[in-house]
Amino acid sequence: MTFSLAELMVAAGSRVFDNDGEVLATGIGLLPRLAASVAMRSGNPELLMTDSQSFVLSSPNAVSGSKTHAGQANENWMGFSRVFDNVWSGARHALVGPSQIDRFGQSNISALGGSYDAPKVQLLGVRGFPGNSICHANSFFVPKHSRRVFVEGECDVVCSIGYNVDRLPRGYELSDIDIRQVITDLCVMDFKGPHFQPRVTSLHPGVTLEEVRDNTGFELAVTDGLSETSAPTAAQLSLMAELDPENLRAKQLKDNPPGIRAVSADSEQKES
Amino acid sequence: MDKLASARDALSVIESGMTVGIGGWGPRRKPMSLVRSLLRSDVRDLTLVAYGGADIGLLCAAGKVKRVIFAFVSLDFMPLEPAFRQARESGAIEVTEIDEGMLLLGLRAAAWGCPFIPTPVGLGTDVIRNALDIKVIDSPYDDKEWVAMPALSLDVALVHATRADASGVCEIASPDHYMDDWFVRAARHSVVSVDEIVDRTHFSDPEVARRVYWERNCVNTVVHQPGGAHPSSSDPLYGFDIPHFKAYGQHMGEGGYDAWADAFLGADEAAYQQSVGGLDAIQSLPLPVY
Repeated sequence: MTFSLAELMVAAGSRVFDNDGEVLATGIGLLPRLAASVAMRSGNPELLMTDSQSFVLSSPNAVSGSKTHAGQANENWMGFSRVFDNVWSGARHALVGPSQIDRFGQSNISALGGSYDAPKVQLLGVRGFPGNSICHANSFFVPKHSRRVFVEGECDVVCSIGYNVDRLPRGYELSDIDIRQVITDLCVMDFKGPHFQPRVTSLHPGVTLEEVRDNTGFELAVTDGLSETSAPTAAQLSLMAELDPENLRAKQLKDNPPGIRAVSADSEQKES
Repeated sequence: MDKLASARDALSVIESGMTVGIGGWGPRRKPMSLVRSLLRSDVRDLTLVAYGGADIGLLCAAGKVKRVIFAFVSLDFMPLEPAFRQARESGAIEVTEIDEGMLLLGLRAAAWGCPFIPTPVGLGTDVIRNALDIKVIDSPYDDKEWVAMPALSLDVALVHATRADASGVCEIASPDHYMDDWFVRAARHSVVSVDEIVDRTHFSDPEVARRVYWERNCVNTVVHQPGGAHPSSSDPLYGFDIPHFKAYGQHMGEGGYDAWADAFLGADEAAYQQSVGGLDAIQSLPLPVY
């Protein structure tokens, strides 16, 4: 069975929700949203999802090919204000793609370089990251594993709280922070190394630990018995095709690489 | 009480240096005709509070802004608002960058007459390091520290609703009213632009009355402007104008605000609408599908 790297990442992304129970799953961006949708249709049917607008759905909408919201499986209205009423209690797991992630699991979507008054590159702004990070679980989705994303020092703008003693608010323990998994185009990681150190838990087919380390700006722990990231099942691939009928998932990673690398990995390594 | 007024008369309450909150969200249901009227005025040094889109971008580009209090400025399909990006990267404006939920709490504090609302949101992040006017405090009830999100008291709120009667009973028929109710409640003075004016009897239907998210005593002026949210959406009447946003981005990139204003702003809203293809074209814009 053949599958793309994007599909491998979506399958891995879907598994982050498997043991969540009845929480709101929020995937920001096409692949994370597809991952959350696959999770709700397979690994964890108890999940809640929205239509990215104002309704909670009993079954996720397709991520492509829809011309209207009419006929969707509405469960309840939940406008943006009401999202906070629900998720500040902790009942949410977001899968998001920051521009920078540091060794503490802090992340940045706000700006790069320069200063607060004049950043070199203005990005989105902090959006809901500060609240998300201190109120509920978060996982990260990184389409291009590189030292630009996994930075050597702290993020240029720390938008989300991480496992950083120097920033830990009084009355909090590091274990109060809940950063789950990091899905990249090379591997899957978590923060369960010694003292919440980032840790590689599986490598995608054909990827070496050395390549991951070369493309990461900080030290990585490695799980005992490091395994290969599980391939998507036939059922998961079928769900992806159903939920993304226009195959937009094929356009999210440069050149839509296969999930199992060709033997000569040299050319791909040069790029990163 | 008849609260109908022209945009120009309605906005005469806004003076340079005031704090103005703008409703809507990104490219959705923004009171853009009111924003355009501000662009044509000579007010400046405004402090703006918004879930920002082209409203913030345009006012920054036009030199109307001293400070923006924001969590994001985005056009959704264009994640980075082009004019805001220029204003930030050139250091042209001051900012207070806060979480989306902190912005909501600040509006609620203002609406409720509280100096602040305590929240864990912002702890451990650069929000509380950078926004020096936001304090972290002790709690009288536990040993944790808390962000004391200060009231965001607005001099004037500008929002766009689907329809209203002349006394300011406003219906938002869109899927979400966003935080517009809190903008209106946080303000000393509120101006609502609407696509349609209706009789009071329109609200007799309880389904319609449930789509009224604040009371008419929160509304000072109603401006009737069909198509007034353009180029943002006014769901269910029309979607946002992707080709226009792209043209806007291109003008901002190539010739800046003046290039955009020369091409589109016009002397009044009728001239503006003509420059973007007319009201019929606006009202035919398809609704977005997410």
